[in-house]
Amino acid sequence: MKGEEERERIPIKERPEWADVRPVPQDDGPNPVVPIAYTDEFSETMDYFRAVYLADERSPRALHLTKEAILLNSGNYTVWQFRRRILDALNADLHEELQFLDQITRENAKNYQIWHHRRWLAEKLGEHVANKELEFTKEIFCKDPKNYHAWSHRQWVLQALGGWEGELAYCSELIKDDIFNNSAWNQRYFVVSKSPLLGGLEVMRDPEVAYAIEAILTKPENESPWRYLRGLHKNDGNSLANDPRVASVCLDVLAGKTDYVHALNMILDLLCHRHQPSKELKDAVDAVSPDPNLPDAGLAENVCSILKLVDPIRANYWEWRKSTVPAQD
Amino acid sequence: MTRENLMKGTTSQEDQWTVQNQCFRIYEIVYRLPPQAQSINFEVLRENHIEYLTESLKQLGRNFYVLDANRPWLCYWIIQSIALLGDCVDDKLENGLIDFLSRCQDQDGGYGGGPGQMPHLATTYAAVNALITVGGQNSLSSINREKLYNFLLRMKDASGGFRMHDGGEVDVRACYTAISVASVLNILDDRLIQNVGDYIVSCQTYEGGIAGEPCSEAHGGYTFCGLAAMVLINEADRLNLPELLNWVMFRQGIEGGFQGRTNKLVDGCYSFWQGAVAAIIQRLHVTVKKQLGLPDTFELDCSTESGNESSDDDGEEVSEGSSSPVDISEPTKGESLSTSAAMGLNNGYDFIKRPTGMKPLFNSMALQQYILLCTQEEAGFRDKPGKRRDHYHTCYVLSGLSVCQHCNKRDADSPPLSRDVMGPYSNLVEPVHPLHNIVLDKYYEAHMFFARA
Repeated sequence: MKGEEERERIPIKERPEWADVRPVPQDDGPNPVVPIAYTDEFSETMDYFRAVYLADERSPRALHLTKEAILLNSGNYTVWQFRRRILDALNADLHEELQFLDQITRENAKNYQIWHHRRWLAEKLGEHVANKELEFTKEIFCKDPKNYHAWSHRQWVLQALGGWEGELAYCSELIKDDIFNNSAWNQRYFVVSKSPLLGGLEVMRDPEVAYAIEAILTKPENESPWRYLRGLHKNDGNSLANDPRVASVCLDVLAGKTDYVHALNMILDLLCHRHQPSKELKDAVDAVSPDPNLPDAGLAENVCSILKLVDPIRANYWEWRKSTVPAQD
Repeated sequence: MTRENLMKGTTSQEDQWTVQNQCFRIYEIVYRLPPQAQSINFEVLRENHIEYLTESLKQLGRNFYVLDANRPWLCYWIIQSIALLGDCVDDKLENGLIDFLSRCQDQDGGYGGGPGQMPHLATTYAAVNALITVGGQNSLSSINREKLYNFLLRMKDASGGFRMHDGGEVDVRACYTAISVASVLNILDDRLIQNVGDYIVSCQTYEGGIAGEPCSEAHGGYTFCGLAAMVLINEADRLNLPELLNWVMFRQGIEGGFQGRTNKLVDGCYSFWQGAVAAIIQRLHVTVKKQLGLPDTFELDCSTESGNESSDDDGEEVSEGSSSPVDISEPTKGESLSTSAAMGLNNGYDFIKRPTGMKPLFNSMALQQYILLCTQEEAGFRDKPGKRRDHYHTCYVLSGLSVCQHCNKRDADSPPLSRDVMGPYSNLVEPVHPLHNIVLDKYYEAHMFFARA
């Protein structure tokens, strides 16, 4: 985690430019709990950091010191915040800062501080870094396609700086690579509902329902497109219940006689939204029942009974769902 | 060999199969053992864990420098784990904790990640919870509540959310940690509450769970934070609870443990984050019922439920129809309090005193099996087989175990039945307040103390 600092480190106390500064040791008290066995380098760096931080010294040497401290522990938010203050005061070159950030993010891409700093920087640098930021998050996703911080950053970049043009295609690409990548599905939902180029959820619903259904038929056990499909009809249970393609995909999955838990979960939702089931759907549900002697209850109750048997880890939940299905007409 | 083993899957599938096969192999080995040997595998290795935890409080190795800005968290993870195991530390360590955390307390309020560091909401939450868990006059009175309140106000963002620290990020974690400490310290008021519910509601995603920021992916940690904060400000009815419940139920996987997000791997820490969400919803049955459009008289649970919802016992009922929290269900608290502060304090208290109206809906036994067989090490707990123990996982796995063992009780203060505790009954750990993740007895002590303060 050193990079350019790899060269033989000279202790700060031996550096002439620091001769005037008295380091401030950490005030841990006489009997500290959770004491960490710091290396000498770590202790010394932080002792000098405390000195400049307390003196609010916004100087080039203080800026360099924060870099050393960050390379030792990129999770120290105080160091980052002070660094921002110095960068502001010195009117520093923020492109250079972005390069530094690229370097340490590649070493540790899972930490709130670096991504928060990145957002702060990108906001200051403005629209012309949008593409760079999109490319950088892409690079992170090559190694870790579900990195939560990187996705949040990417969404922020799109909304604040733009660059929506290729985003839907990028989601398709990631989903093609790994159809189970729920982060990519979430991003797709974000693009479809927020992109100024696509016209919003209402407009996109039709083609996206088709897209989700295709994915479901490829891997019916994949929860992501099922939730996505439900999301396309968010806040409008009636439109979900009245879209014939939804009932139809459930039917297709049931016909496959395997991996139909999500299909049954969806059918249950449809029924709770007063969907009028076809005879075909009822027969298909009956046909997957492992219990040939289901009591003569409504379809929703039967769906719950089947789920209890085929999805035993959620047996309590399905039992409860059974107790909450609305009375049938 | 399952069908999957012979096929090539996507990265997500391959990872999932590897982990589930590891877990299944463990279950297979254990269940093949003769009964005596088998039962040993289900025992919580209490003494070992306590020793690991206590020693960590005294000294940590050099690799811990990465947590140098999280030392109050280390205090909390360790002391909470020890308290869950029904133990405490000696006077010297207790005083050490109080003294050390005082050094992390900023002169203008709030706690930083170590002495001299800026105050931060997450480490403030950790420090407050740790001090409450230590308990006693010295510990509780070491928290400067007036200044802490000012710190919280300074962290309030125009969106209604909170930022983690001066110049820091705004997210659902910040909202939860701010609301949780304000509530338990009895300093929650309208100014802190204002619009925070709007922010959290905007983070509930199309999947049903809650994300860290609007439009991000639904995630177990943020779902806990969002839901717990909404209960504490009495606005849980603004979330779509049936969808949230469906999402969280599907996070329990074939290995028995919970995953944090759809199609991600099981991780022991979600035993608490997701398990507590399920347990919290058990006490929101009235709201769930309303949102499902079911008649009020409808009994969700077959167990006897009559007479347990007197309106002054149920914060949800109080909140109906009043958007600003001005009612006080228990108007006997300290004179210096604003009415809304008393309300905030009572939301958490009433919540835990309210009978659970639903049976647990997740699979407690499957989760306990995952915890005991797949996450327990000789000392400490881990994420999953193949990972190494740490204090974070030890804390949240044990907290999750507590949620499991105590989720089938009607009232919070009675002991669970032995059939609800996997392994020997001596595995029983202390119950926690699910909104704060503080051991219940310690929570009650703090509640009394700060109600008077």
